[in-house]
Amino acid sequence: MTLIYPVDSNKAHPLPLSPAYKSSVKRAPSRPLIPMRHTLSELTGPVYGHETVREHDSDLTRQHPGEPLGERIIVHGHVLDEDGRGVPNTLLEIWQANACGRYIHVRDQHPAPLDPNFTGAGRAQSDGSGYYKFVTIKPGAYPWGNHRNAWRPAHIHFSVFGHSFVSRLVTQMYFPGDPLFEFDPIFNSVPDQTARMRMVSSFDLENTQPEWALCYRFNIVLRGKNATPMENKK
Amino acid sequence: MTGITPSQTVGPFFKYGLTPNRQYAWNDAFTSNLVMPDTTGERIRVEGTVFDGDGAPVPDCMLEIWQADAQGRFADPQDNRALPNTKFRGFGRCGTDGDGRYAFDTIKPGGVPDPNGKLQAPHLLLAVFARGMLRHLYTRIYFDDEKGNAGDPVLALVPSDRRATLIAHRQAGNAVYKLDLRLQGGAETVFFDV
Repeated sequence: MTLIYPVDSNKAHPLPLSPAYKSSVKRAPSRPLIPMRHTLSELTGPVYGHETVREHDSDLTRQHPGEPLGERIIVHGHVLDEDGRGVPNTLLEIWQANACGRYIHVRDQHPAPLDPNFTGAGRAQSDGSGYYKFVTIKPGAYPWGNHRNAWRPAHIHFSVFGHSFVSRLVTQMYFPGDPLFEFDPIFNSVPDQTARMRMVSSFDLENTQPEWALCYRFNIVLRGKNATPMENKK
Repeated sequence: MTGITPSQTVGPFFKYGLTPNRQYAWNDAFTSNLVMPDTTGERIRVEGTVFDGDGAPVPDCMLEIWQADAQGRFADPQDNRALPNTKFRGFGRCGTDGDGRYAFDTIKPGGVPDPNGKLQAPHLLLAVFARGMLRHLYTRIYFDDEKGNAGDPVLALVPSDRRATLIAHRQAGNAVYKLDLRLQGGAETVFFDV
């Protein structure tokens, strides 16, 4: 199967310059991007072995001797292409703040406690149908210096590969109903409301485990569609 | 379908998850060294500094490269040309250091055909991520000692006065190529709409 990657799909992304997000002002190109036809370089992408993901990499609550504090959650879903087909065996990497809204990164100076039992990094590989699953702790909101009283809505960073180097995606998964959405310039850098809501997970009661953990579903749609749609095939 | 999931910035705190480099309790899935024991081809280093629109180095940037092996083959089954297989993976990742510097140890790739079958000059694909970048940007790294640059169909799309931003310079005496990246401003790196 040959996939194509129409550049029109990129309209869902934020523009590079989004002045309300101050860090973008000096880091966005001022010249227009140069269009080009995809070559084999763009249409292929990295393949990684099973050794990339180790046993407890997808369970962020089991990477230390004790259990982390906070609200245990399951985050699962499918990695899909633009035709809704699962993207099999693709690598997902996540990183996040702990339940108090603190990252272990040395540059995070938010005066909230670190949790010795929580690193906040995880990896998983989607299965043959594109399905993935993480167990983690619900991250807290945290303050940042973008503007007065700026707080990031709780989020989990996702890095996903897909079928080619141009399907590569880094995004953030948000939680439904967060009151901070309307004040967050990063969330609102996505111009289209419908596209923005694709970054918000949904609460999944059916897969919530009684007496153990709430569940959230987050499907990720990557670039890539069939070059020869079914209706044209004989 | 409803459309793709939008991009968001890697933010300021990606390093412990994506490029821990032995500074955090997490292992690196990928490193900036692409050379495997059986890798053939000329071993090279590609290095430089990433600058923002004020000319300040960018210490919280992540670069990823994707490239063919020395014979011009990609380590992906979607490259189904009849070329010998090697263990070379062709993918590397590097977080910039406190001074905005990056370096990849790899091999000089072979030429890869364009959609018309015309050979492109050897190049690396480069994806640039950083705090402040809401979506990663794509560019290419070419090599100044390749005669094929003159006929490369992608370089030909770039206005001649901006082509230099894509061409790494071989340093005297060793196999090190240098290319600085400028995210914005006068000598801004060319980025492609792919």
